[in-house]
Amino acid sequence: MKTSEIAVLLNEPACAHNAKEKSGCVRPKPGATAGGCSFDGAQIALLPIADVAHIVHGSIACAGSSWDNRGTRTTGPALYRIGMTTDLTEQDVIMGRGEKRLFHSIKQAIDRYSPAAVFVYSTCISAMVGDDLDAVCKAAAERWGVPVVPVDCAGFYGSKNLGNRIAGEAMSRHVIGTREPDAVPASAQRPGIRVHDVSLIGEYNIAGEFWHVAPLFDELGLRIIASLSGDSRFSEIQTMHRAQASMVVCAKALLNVARKVHERWGVPFFEGSFYGIADTSQALRDFARLIGDDDLAARTEALIAREEAKINAELDPWRARLKGKRALLYTGGVKSWSVVSALQDLGMEVVATGTKKSTGEDKARIRELMGEDARMIDDGSPKVLLSAYHDYGADILIAGGRNLYTALKARIPFLDINQEREFGYAGYTGMIELARQLALTIDSPVWAAVRDPAPWAPSKAVGLPLTF
Amino acid sequence: MAEIIKRSKALAVNPLKASQPVGAALAFLGLRDAIPMLHGSQGCTAFGKVFFVRHFREPIALQTTAMDQISTVMNADENVIEGLRTICEKSAPEVIGLPTTSLSEAQGADIKRLVREFRSRYPQFADVAVVAVNTPDYGGCLESGFALALEAIVDVLVPETRHSGRRHKQVNVLASSMLSPGDIESIKEWIACFGLRPVVLPDIGDSLDGHLAEGEYTPLTLGGTPRSEIETMGESVATLVIGRSLSRVADLMKSRSGVPDYRFDHLMGLAASDAFTQTLAEISGQAVPARIERQRAQLQDAMVDSHFMLGFARIGLALDPDLLLGFAAFFAGLGAEIVAAVSPARSDALADIACQSVHIGDLEDLEHAAAAAGAQLLVSSSHGLQAAQRLGIPLLRAGFPQYDWVGGYARGWAGYRNARQALFDISNLLLGQHHEIPAYRSIYRTDPAPACAGLVRH
Repeated sequence: MKTSEIAVLLNEPACAHNAKEKSGCVRPKPGATAGGCSFDGAQIALLPIADVAHIVHGSIACAGSSWDNRGTRTTGPALYRIGMTTDLTEQDVIMGRGEKRLFHSIKQAIDRYSPAAVFVYSTCISAMVGDDLDAVCKAAAERWGVPVVPVDCAGFYGSKNLGNRIAGEAMSRHVIGTREPDAVPASAQRPGIRVHDVSLIGEYNIAGEFWHVAPLFDELGLRIIASLSGDSRFSEIQTMHRAQASMVVCAKALLNVARKVHERWGVPFFEGSFYGIADTSQALRDFARLIGDDDLAARTEALIAREEAKINAELDPWRARLKGKRALLYTGGVKSWSVVSALQDLGMEVVATGTKKSTGEDKARIRELMGEDARMIDDGSPKVLLSAYHDYGADILIAGGRNLYTALKARIPFLDINQEREFGYAGYTGMIELARQLALTIDSPVWAAVRDPAPWAPSKAVGLPLTF
Repeated sequence: MAEIIKRSKALAVNPLKASQPVGAALAFLGLRDAIPMLHGSQGCTAFGKVFFVRHFREPIALQTTAMDQISTVMNADENVIEGLRTICEKSAPEVIGLPTTSLSEAQGADIKRLVREFRSRYPQFADVAVVAVNTPDYGGCLESGFALALEAIVDVLVPETRHSGRRHKQVNVLASSMLSPGDIESIKEWIACFGLRPVVLPDIGDSLDGHLAEGEYTPLTLGGTPRSEIETMGESVATLVIGRSLSRVADLMKSRSGVPDYRFDHLMGLAASDAFTQTLAEISGQAVPARIERQRAQLQDAMVDSHFMLGFARIGLALDPDLLLGFAAFFAGLGAEIVAAVSPARSDALADIACQSVHIGDLEDLEHAAAAAGAQLLVSSSHGLQAAQRLGIPLLRAGFPQYDWVGGYARGWAGYRNARQALFDISNLLLGQHHEIPAYRSIYRTDPAPACAGLVRH
């Protein structure tokens, strides 16, 4: 990929970050860099497409440490869980045999696993030696009659975020708009309900959490013709351009897909989240608003009223338990406020929130929710997080999996809010799981046990003042 | 002697291999106040970090030279020097490990020259040891990367000396990547039983054993072999080398110091444990302690008890070469048969594995071979679970990574006690698989047939 193409991808007019100087293109600092590469981001964005053979074209480090490492769930095929890589050898690199190996690899994957399509991810080594990914994919697709999609996402192109965009770009360029949706099956038609086609962008069905929300879509007559990419199929992504409305779920990085589908096919989109009661309701309302069907809007309001009443009743016992507990939240972008509202729904107090990846708009929402004096943390280093935790008298740290062991080693309760987690918090029902996980860690008896000094120890253990 | 079957397909499916840079990083994670920095793009480090975090359930110290497009095309020399400087300034480590990746290797980086350049440009950091090692991921596997890093550690940190045996109670242990933190703890206790003092290199048993320390946070390794002790290894009375992959490391150590060495392929099972015990008795001049005798007798008892389950049991193995050699010998010593064996990369050890043939391959190869041979148990990392489920047989988790399992890192295989526990666990896995004789119902029977004939489940 050329530098100019990368620059185009980094310039996303639909993104509120875009105006800022740092819009995703700061050079990483050697010796002080955390986070994944573009290959990581591209693979994460597309891997949940379940009936595709995902081939990583490179030496072993890329696939070897990362295959079957995604907590995303499927209702059907599980081909995405089969790790595939060309596992390039030194001879391949020196003799330039990578393209040949890739070509045969694609054949092998097709012969053995009959995938709906093959996605080929380039990596640092294949990009550097100059393998012509596009040409090999094109030749393979012609020879074997299966779509083969190149995803040019070498790790050195940049960050994980850029990789997300590259993935989105590959879908816009090669997949979306290549098929028309199937007709709604007669068995799924219900009297009085007009079916509307919608799509989701950036929803990954982590731990199956979207299944908390999916029944509501069915009830309202919203058919999800394509989800990029949780529990989706190749043939669904192909039809994404026929949605009447599209939702970008907590993922600024894939705004390029929404914008392109909007520009090319006129599909309107909005940004939203399924975390917390208020956000879930808002997302459903936004669909009704964009589609502009009064009957749908009325049924949506009725559904929201019913679901909110139901979940509020179910949450009451949890609220009694969590009321007044103080949370320190450190997470990115949209979640910096969407999770705040979810926690406030539970009666908790958010003592500070991380805003490293938040836009001005995100920050305004935070002030709206937490008041003008809301404390915002820009630096997510373990040291800063731990001292904020102690200074603000928090009861729990809520952050991404990267900080899990920072918290545990410091003997403090923790909740994982990012992609790697094993529990689903989406939708109304997800709130119960969120409350349960919060109470589970905050009220755990292990904290006292690990903080108290051993009976024979001088009284200088953690949490006690030093005596002189 | 096992026949070695080379990789014959273009695509690796369900890779068994973890990369050389990741293996090298692990070796450095066994040194105290250390941090490895991979010379590659940031993803090499991010993936490696997640790989180990999920396995050990510990924070993992790992940095990157963060090669981007410009430094990939032009050159990434400055990335290395700036990365070293940044880490020295921020964290003041004892040791920085500097493994390369296929990206920096194919680019042609001369990593050793870059260390020299760093030295001349930043003399103020002269007290920080920097150990560079060439570990492209287009060759070898985790085990070979680990061994290469260990060789580089010995090369940089063990001085040339002729004082072998000056510390007459100190023995060196060179520990291959086959040994878990649990193994290393066992080995240290074993050695201490003979009144000897072990210096284990690298000591992931001290740094990655999973313990809550008093301090809340450190960007470096917490525990591991101290650099000051590595520097004294040339004065030890003996070097115990565990794992065939460390042959070259052992040669280097011996040429540096003249400390006599004793080499073991593995410490799994009675015979291997006996050889180690015998050596310790000879080095220390002490009789074998009663405690060890008792553990040995307990293992023998467990072998007798479990041979009914393990005899003729059909086992499929997919592991790095040292572990493969160890497990195959362990099973063979109990009367079980290795019906499928897969290694992610070549190694001298493969020819000596106790089975007909060894595939260089992936977990798809294991699955096919195990299915064809009717295997009853698989031994592999957590990645083997999908294959085991499709075959309907149990998986014994060993090697890297074990992410769906708590405490895999604490489980040891070396020595009498660990072997005994392994026997119990393997027997129980096989017992759970026991197949009843299908009931035959005579045509003359008149009593009503039960829904599930002939099977009484307890």
